[in-house]
Amino acid sequence: MSIQHTAAAHIHRDDVASRMGMWLFLFTELLLFGGMFILYSVYRFTHPQDFHLAAKELNTVIGTFNTAILLTSSLTMALSIAAIQRRQKTLSIIFQLITILLAFGFMVNKYFEWGAKFHHGIYPGSDTLLSKPSGEILFFGLYYVMTGLHGLHVIIGVVIIAFMTVFTLRDVITHDNYVKLEAAGLYWHLVDIIWIFLFPLFYLIT
Amino acid sequence: MENHSKNHSHNQHGYGVYFLVWLALMALTGITVAVAGINFGRITVATALTIASIKTYLVLTIFMHLRSESKTFRVFVGVALLFLIISFVLLFTDYSFIVRN
Repeated sequence: MSIQHTAAAHIHRDDVASRMGMWLFLFTELLLFGGMFILYSVYRFTHPQDFHLAAKELNTVIGTFNTAILLTSSLTMALSIAAIQRRQKTLSIIFQLITILLAFGFMVNKYFEWGAKFHHGIYPGSDTLLSKPSGEILFFGLYYVMTGLHGLHVIIGVVIIAFMTVFTLRDVITHDNYVKLEAAGLYWHLVDIIWIFLFPLFYLIT
Repeated sequence: MENHSKNHSHNQHGYGVYFLVWLALMALTGITVAVAGINFGRITVATALTIASIKTYLVLTIFMHLRSESKTFRVFVGVALLFLIISFVLLFTDYSFIVRN
């Protein structure tokens, strides 16, 4: 894989290593969220009834809608890479912009969802919440921390994809040098995967 | 150009494949919501997690290009997931022991 010898005039780069580096970073994210999922499962194990009751407060329709939005944004992200591989720069930018728009849609839904909870007095440390059984307090604590951290990742993802759009516009990302876009895509898909698990664990407890 | 082809010979999927995966992901979401209303007792959580795992597998292999990456990537991800599962299993072995005593 000695790239310098074949193309001395070119700047040395190793896309496989770049992607590997991104995957290693994703593994640290896996530990971050993994720890929280462990916390969740232990508390659900000790307070099954309270978790069941508390989960009924969550809006399944908004949750399902947001899942669909995030899955679709994952599709458009993958399509933007497929487009740049085919030298379709404009199409790639359009797909990236749609991804950002969908992410905004996700966050707007999140805003209304959390807003409704706050309106009903359910937020960390509120009197309404503290008067509930301890299992429900734990459920909502985990709900706010885990979906909040996930939401933070969505916001970071939007910023990263916005940078990628600028890079694509300025031809920093091109049909034969798009590893940055791939790394952004990997991050975005991880955010999607985390939601794939958060959704049934919080919204669909029977 | 040799350099470029070496870097990018993989990870080429058609648009159609991505749309198919997206359709499968949406269908699985529909199934997991529909099934959530039915009480399977103890396997209810297992059902939801199984569906989530299938969705994750699709995202990992197609959207994240693991299927077309070199074997090293797949081994890396496999090992990372294995250790995550080990930490879950060990914790629950320990925890159920503590609870019982």
